[in-house]
Formats: sequence, structure tokens, C-alpha cells
Amino acid sequence: MSQHHGPKPVSPHAAKVPAGPLPAEIREKIVELLGRYPSKQAVTLPALHLTQDRLRCVPPWAVEEIADLLDLSPAEVHDTLSFYGFFRPATDPLGKKRLWICRSLACALRGADQILDEAAHKLGVEVGGTTADGAITLELAECIGACEAAPACMVDDEHFHHIDQDGVLDKLVGELRQA
Amino acid sequence: MAAFEPVLLQRLNKPECKTLEGYRADGGYRTLTRALKEMSPDQVTTVVKDAGLRGRGGAGFPTGLKWTFLPKGNSGPVYLCVNCDESEPCTFNNRYLIECDPHQVLEGIILASYAIRARVAYFYVRYEYGTGTRTMQRAIDELYAAGLLGKNILGTDFSLDVFVHRGAAAYICGEETGLIESLEGRRAWPRIKPPFPAIEGAFRKPTIVNNPETLANVVHIVERGGEWFKSLGVPPDPKNPRDAGSYGSKLYCISGHVNRPGIVELPMGVTLRELLEVHGGGVWKGRKAKGAIPGGNSMGICTEPEFDIPLDFNGPGKVGCLGLGTAAVTVFDETTSIVDVLHNICRFFAHESCGQCTPCREGTAWMLKIVERIKRGQGRLEDLSILEEVADKIGIMPGTTICGLADGAGWPVKTAIRKYRDEFKAYLREGTPKGGTSSGMRLSMAAGH
Ligand SMILES: Cc1cc2nc3c(=O)[nH]c(=O)nc-3n(C[C@H](O)[C@H](O)[C@H](O)COP(=O)(O)O)c2cc1C
Ligand code: SF4
Ligand code: FES
Repeated sequence: MSQHHGPKPVSPHAAKVPAGPLPAEIREKIVELLGRYPSKQAVTLPALHLTQDRLRCVPPWAVEEIADLLDLSPAEVHDTLSFYGFFRPATDPLGKKRLWICRSLACALRGADQILDEAAHKLGVEVGGTTADGAITLELAECIGACEAAPACMVDDEHFHHIDQDGVLDKLVGELRQA
Repeated sequence: MAAFEPVLLQRLNKPECKTLEGYRADGGYRTLTRALKEMSPDQVTTVVKDAGLRGRGGAGFPTGLKWTFLPKGNSGPVYLCVNCDESEPCTFNNRYLIECDPHQVLEGIILASYAIRARVAYFYVRYEYGTGTRTMQRAIDELYAAGLLGKNILGTDFSLDVFVHRGAAAYICGEETGLIESLEGRRAWPRIKPPFPAIEGAFRKPTIVNNPETLANVVHIVERGGEWFKSLGVPPDPKNPRDAGSYGSKLYCISGHVNRPGIVELPMGVTLRELLEVHGGGVWKGRKAKGAIPGGNSMGICTEPEFDIPLDFNGPGKVGCLGLGTAAVTVFDETTSIVDVLHNICRFFAHESCGQCTPCREGTAWMLKIVERIKRGQGRLEDLSILEEVADKIGIMPGTTICGLADGAGWPVKTAIRKYRDEFKAYLREGTPKGGTSSGMRLSMAAGH
């Protein structure tokens, strides 16, 4: 678990975050999910995922809309959202792709720290930051469960293995810039 | 001894069995069909209980026994929560199960739901398993289409829905009540127990939480019987009346400084040394091992001379580790600094403490700060006793925290210092870290997100 502490600087591509409301099909999906759980609140996490998948962040107006759909107060939705460092504020949205590099033990034993430095250098951003073109956000991950292929990373929710091998990281970053 | 034939991983290299058609052609869902038609729910529970299956998620609690804790004569809803949060560092066995053989896990889920009379099962899966999540969802969709999920499965009066619920990258969602809180849409703050989930769990209803590997075992136990299951693994230690044995096979994960990292299924009780030498191909670069974590970060550290311990539920405890944990072994070689290893582990727990209990929130943060200071070359000799004192005081065992994360955070500290005290002292005396280490684990990122 991790939380963003204090206001973060507004990143250059934050201006591109659209204003509300949520697209109709996302609202529909959220409503559809209500049938799966005996409480409306249980749809909070799926709703936050649907929102961030589309907007690359969860803006305050979306929190209010989700709260409204789930009969909650916006503060309740925000309370859950802020627990998971995973969700991004509108002032600091994810780039088109999130590149997270694992730093836990099995990866660290095989050079994860150097790779993180290298990736930060290649992208010209600090960990947590997004490239100026809004293409890639670089983040850390704790063990992503790909330790047999360490050092490993993820792009959004997919694993990439053995990223220390010659050219693998370069190729990946190149592809992400094009995406 | 004849080579062990994998059970849980028998379809590892049969990608055609990822589809319902392929799985059925390979004999899949026959056990379920037989159980639904010929066995009562209680009979399924009894078979699992008598087989002595213990949970594979880390705590090793007897599975069938847990199922019997559900209130008797309850006519309200019961839930099954499948705990595929799998965030214990160096653990990836369930990723293999859901990516390579989703229907085996689902057959286990349906059997368990039948036994505990659940009509809804939530498959809680960590966000990081995108591929596995999609594989499971496809398999679930196939089952609905074939009448193996939904109303009146196989024409019986048993109905079941299985819903996938994705996490959001937080380790604490693997703790069973943290999982339940997260499922309910709140922050994943573990609950004070009792009540245990079997009495009051998801949505305040009786709930069973099980690990996917546990549930995959259920399929084979119902198919082949308890005696078969007990022919694998290690029987209870006669000298220990509280030992419930370590029956069955286990998926062992091997990573770190080994030649062949990977996963292997073996009867419980293989020694760490055999796992490393035979299945992991030995230590890399022709080096010697310095130590290993035997079961994920939380279990603590064992030294190379301790590698002869069996990896069953009792083995790691014999050398002062917390337990078998997830049976995920990560080996580090002789050139690795123990300070680097401990720093990496402390950083993990400080990052993942949910912050609810002060001893855990502050304790994990302070342990990290102190280890960081040591690593930077500014440690003092008394830091070792401060670390040990903090580590001793946080956790369920000393009675200061709500969940076991804090015990798991303390154990690596205690075992590292006790077992490598001379190395820590030498590091402290020199005042600066000795050059770089082969692992090159750096400090620079310590404060990152
Ligand atoms: C901090 C913490 C993290 C845990 N993470 C997991 C996990 O990722 N997966 C899991 O199955 N069990 C995990 N557990 C254990 C669960 O609380 C629970 O015992 C387990 O899911 C029960 O399933 P089983 O009996 O089939 O093993 C964790 C426990 C703690 C204290
Ligand atoms: S022990 Fe730590 S992780 Fe567990 S509930 Fe308390 S603060 Fe949270
Ligand atoms: S430690 Fe990096 S994937 Fe497990």
C-alpha cells in the first residue's frame, strides 16, 4: 500500500484529462456490476478501475459520480481510492502506458535497482513521473509474481520478463513511445 | 525412488487444456460431476478433512476443518472468497495455476462451493495478474455457456455464480479479512478476530477464504481419496501432538541467485538443499549460497548450513523461521551483503503496512530507517539491539497488532541479525559499505513511491 502525500505538482499532460461526466458505457457497466454483490459499496473498486482505465486517473467529479451511482458519500469513495496508491489524481494522471519495474527481493538480486535507474534515465523522468509527451509513466512495483523471470516489469497489467537482457528494455521503451 | 508425477501441474505443458473442451477431454470435470450427483456437501467436506489438506496460502490451517466452522443449519448466504492476491514476495505458484490450467482451479472452486453451500464465489485476484485474470474470465464464460456455472449446474439443484474481483496493488489484500474489506469496497484494513470469517466474513455473512492451490488440491482429493493424498508428503511428527502433518504435494517457487529459477511440484518435505541443487540447478556463477528465504519475505532467513531443513509445515520453524509460508525459496549468493537483503525486505514491509496499527506502521518504518542508516554506513552498534527489540514487539504473537503482516515484518529482522550478527558487526565497524555488492542493491530508490 502506498499513498500520495500532499499535493503533487501538476504534470504537463494533466490538462488533457477530460471533464465529466463519465461516458455512458462506463456508467452502464458500473450499474451492471451492482448485480454481483449484496452491497452497492462493493462496486467501488471495479468502478474505480473502469474509470482509471479510461481516463488514466480518477478526477474528483468521477468520485462524485461513482458515489452517486453507489449511494455513497464522495468521502467514502475517496477513502477507498486514497488507500490504494494505484489510483491517480487528475493533477497527475498516468501516461498512456504505465511501466512499473519490480524492486522486490528476487528482482533486486538480479539487478532491479540498476534497471530502474536506467529506465529513469532513458525516459528522463523520476520514479512516479510521466514523460513530457504523456506516453509513459514510470513506477516501482513490489513483487509482481514473475520472480522466476527476474528482473521483471509490467506494462499496465502485463508482465515482461528478463528485462536485463541486452536491448530488452530499449525495445520495450521504444514500443511504448510509439503506442 | 520413482520420479514424482506432477498432479497440480500435470497440464503445465498442455495448452489445449486451457479450454473447456480440452480440459474435459483430459478427464476434467468428471470429479465434479460425480460429486454433485453422488455425494452430499458434507461428504465432500469429510473427504477433504480426512485427507489432512492444509491451506497453501501461508498459514497452513486444515482446510476441511475450517469448512466445518461454518454455522450449522444456516439458511442465509455463505460466500467463498478465493484468495489469489498472491503478493508475498518471491511467490508465483498460483500465477502458474491460473494461467496454465484455469479449469482445474475452477473445478476446485465449484467443489468447495458445493461443500460449503456457497451460491456465490468471489475470485479476488491481484491486479498484477492481468493475463491470468483474463484466462480465468474466459474459462468462467465457457462454464456459464456450458451450464457448469449459473443455475442448476448439471441439472442438479446446485447453483453457483463465480465473479472475478480485481485488486489494486496492495499486499495487505492477501490477509483474509483485508481481502474481505477490499472486496466490500473499503480500505483493506484487516479486521480484529474473532469473529473469524467462517462466522462473520464477507458482507457480514459466513465466509470461507481459500487459496487457489488449496482448492486445486480439493479436485484431486475428491477424485483419488484421502489415502492417496496421505501417501504423499510427511505424516505428523509423533513427538509433536499438535502437528497435523504435511500431506500432499506442493508447488515450490525457486528464484534469486540460482541457475534455473522456476516452479516445481514435489511431495511436501523436499529439503531446501535438494530444491536448490537438483531443481534449481545450483547457485549461479559457480558460487556458494550465503542464505535463503524459505517461504516468502515474511518467514525470515535461513543460512546455508540450515538448507537441510525439509520444506514442510514444520521444517522452517526448526531453524527459527516463522513457518513454511508460501514455500517460495529465494537464494542469495556469498557475495551478497546481508544488509542489502534485509534492507530490501524491510522496505517492502514499510511500504505495505496498512497503517492501521501504530506498532506496525511505526515499527516497520523505523526498522527500515535504521537498516537504511546501517546500509549508508552510519549505523551504530546499538542499532542491532534496537532493531531486535522493535521486531520482537510488533505482531499478533506479542499481541500488539491486528494482523500477521507485522509478525512477518519482524521475523526477517530477527533471523537476519541473530544468524549474521558477525557480518552486521563488521559492516558497522567499517563505518562504510564495502564497495559495491554483486547484487548492487542501491539506496537511491529507497524513498520512492
Ligand atoms: C499480511 C498477510 C498477507 C497474506 N497474503 C496472502 C495471499 O496473498 N494469498 C493467500 O492465499 N493467503 C494470504 N495470507 C493468508 C490468508 O490470511 C489466509 O490464511 C489464506 O488465504 C487462507 O487460505 P488457505 O487456508 O487456503 O491457505 C496472508 C496473510 C497475511 C497475514
Ligand atoms: S499489523 Fe500492520 S498491516 Fe496488519 S492491520 Fe495492523 S497495521 Fe495493518
Ligand atoms: S521479486 Fe520481482 S517479480 Fe517477484
